[in-house]
Amino acid sequence: MLHILHQIAKTGIKSETAPTADEDMVVVARLQKTILRTLGRALTIRHIDAGSCNGCELEIQALTNPYYNLEGIGIRFVASPRHADMLLVTGPVSKHMAIALQRTYDATPEPKLVVAVGDCGCTGGIFGQSYASLGGVASVIPVDVAIPGCPPAPRALLQGILAAISAYAPPVAPAVDRAPVEPTLRPSDGPDAP
Amino acid sequence: MNVSPLGLAASSLPCTMPAQRCRVSSGQLLSACRLAWERGGALVALWASDERDLGRGFAVRVLLRDGDGLTLLEHTLPDEGARYPDLSPIFPAANRMQRSAFDLVGAVCDAEDQRPWTWQAAWPIDRFPLRRDFEVSPAWAPGQEDYPFVRVAGDGVHEIAVGPVHAGTIEPGHFRFQVVGEKVLRLEERLGYAHKGIEKRFESLSLVDGYRLAGRISGDSTVAYACAYAQAVESIAACAAPPRAAWLRALCLERERIASHLGDLGYVGNDGGFAFGLSQFSRLREDVLRLNDRAFGHRLLMDVVVPGGIARDLCAEDAALMREQCASLEREIAVLRDIYDEHAGLQDRFRGCGQVTRELAMKLGLTGLAARASGLPDDLRCDFARTPYDALGVRRVTHTDGDVAARVSVRFDETFESLRLVRAMLAAMPDGDIATELPQTPASRLAIGCAEGWRGPIFIALESGHDGSIRRCHPHDPSWQNWPVIEHAVIGNIVPDFPLINKSFNLSYSGHDL
Repeated sequence: MLHILHQIAKTGIKSETAPTADEDMVVVARLQKTILRTLGRALTIRHIDAGSCNGCELEIQALTNPYYNLEGIGIRFVASPRHADMLLVTGPVSKHMAIALQRTYDATPEPKLVVAVGDCGCTGGIFGQSYASLGGVASVIPVDVAIPGCPPAPRALLQGILAAISAYAPPVAPAVDRAPVEPTLRPSDGPDAP
Repeated sequence: MNVSPLGLAASSLPCTMPAQRCRVSSGQLLSACRLAWERGGALVALWASDERDLGRGFAVRVLLRDGDGLTLLEHTLPDEGARYPDLSPIFPAANRMQRSAFDLVGAVCDAEDQRPWTWQAAWPIDRFPLRRDFEVSPAWAPGQEDYPFVRVAGDGVHEIAVGPVHAGTIEPGHFRFQVVGEKVLRLEERLGYAHKGIEKRFESLSLVDGYRLAGRISGDSTVAYACAYAQAVESIAACAAPPRAAWLRALCLERERIASHLGDLGYVGNDGGFAFGLSQFSRLREDVLRLNDRAFGHRLLMDVVVPGGIARDLCAEDAALMREQCASLEREIAVLRDIYDEHAGLQDRFRGCGQVTRELAMKLGLTGLAARASGLPDDLRCDFARTPYDALGVRRVTHTDGDVAARVSVRFDETFESLRLVRAMLAAMPDGDIATELPQTPASRLAIGCAEGWRGPIFIALESGHDGSIRRCHPHDPSWQNWPVIEHAVIGNIVPDFPLINKSFNLSYSGHDL
């Protein structure tokens, strides 16, 4: 036990300041105000690998290391889409994962955000579209923010995640305002969303 | 393997390790596999190709490995109706490879198990994507198959279905448990969810450009795949990367191993209920990735290894940082290892958990890191050492227990050995060019590239087409061999130990599903 405490003390605090949101990554901005009103400053994320090479997963995992300390800024990964506010989806979407991705999306309560991760999640990347690959995440579910990169570095991931919840938000987020959420939030959404 | 007792004539096969190829009849295919098995050999890979345009029907290729090197057995099926013999009674790992060869090429195996493996109703079951006359129809929507899992019946037996979307940040796959209480009676895996048509995609790329795709077969082993691919291209072109490039490739391969082992050591600790381990090891892994980015321009080292050499040289300043990092990692990991070893709760979870005995490992063809933890010493870096490993001498790491604790121990020892190797490479790295220009590549030449990745040996069978194109590329991940072994490793364990056992193997989904 002393060893452990000693190591913790010796390591010190490694966490770095989070980057600011990169609003260039925002594809569609509609939900943010509602999300912030509903969530305050906490965000839960469900990750879905829809057919990636595992490169993006490694960088998403890195977000929880002490340097990026995702939980320190109120964001954490959850085990079920039913507990999630945001889906972080890596691609390309393989045809074999399309149904599972759609079901996971359907299981996520409104209001929900979708962030497509990596070149493959954005466009299909090097795998493109084929007999086995549907390409980018937007070909199956609506995407709010797209984070390019192969894979995107953890800081870029953070910038994209923050963009999804902070872009177009009021300067001071009302942390305890729990106004009811409109039931239908995505009338114009579809696979063709830009 | 000496194939002359079988009356076979072997010709040489371009590869960086000793390799030969021979044409075999179906009877000879079986007897060659039996002979290999009796002499301690193992099945590396089995794949099929459409060669009807060459007037040869379908080719089934079986790659074997023993102490002498590789032997490629090539069998021809003259038409669609022909069958090749079932090799799974000799090499159980052949089962899924045979099923996948049917799903993708339509080469029929004379096996009892005719269930699909890679196919999941995304295209008609009588169409075969890797055939040359295959055409995609936009009408094919993702479908759902009714996969016949084997069920266990009895009082109190129930079924748990997990995946393809998992609770953690990991790849997609499905696990079907048959349990009584908490005890696992049987586990059946259903993979293929990450199938994105990599082999077909290769055929639309040039030999020179294919390295980018090779580096994305399994992102955690990008260096190993890119090395294997680059070597295969160089074997086809009959050239070699300059010595400095060979040393830098090995340096990257070892840094990939270090980063990966650090990540796994953290996650295995975490799955054992010890979050401190994950914080500490993920911090160290991040340090390695950041220095990768600084030195080579990419955190995971993607696109650094290219056919002909390496894309970026290592400057003296970064080399000095790497030396310092080796020293600090050695110190830190030694402290953490003591903490792991002395933590009673953690050791209680690790010891005896998910055990694979040496006999079982041999029988099922377990390979790579997991095999070394079960007492099988194979390591391409030692068995067929080439530049720079021949000059440095890699200390082989093995363990005998075959449980989670053993796989953790092998990771610790291999990390220390890789740190030693990185230092030795930095000390003795030759100067000179980092890339050579590739000569024109001849058509219709088959070569094998290989590299000992952190997970195990990675092979790429590459066949050139006209004008520098790729005719066929079959990448082979050690996960093909090791996934079926997990089904055995969990028997009799409790369900909550499955994540720990699975993580201690940490196999690839993408590299397997292709």
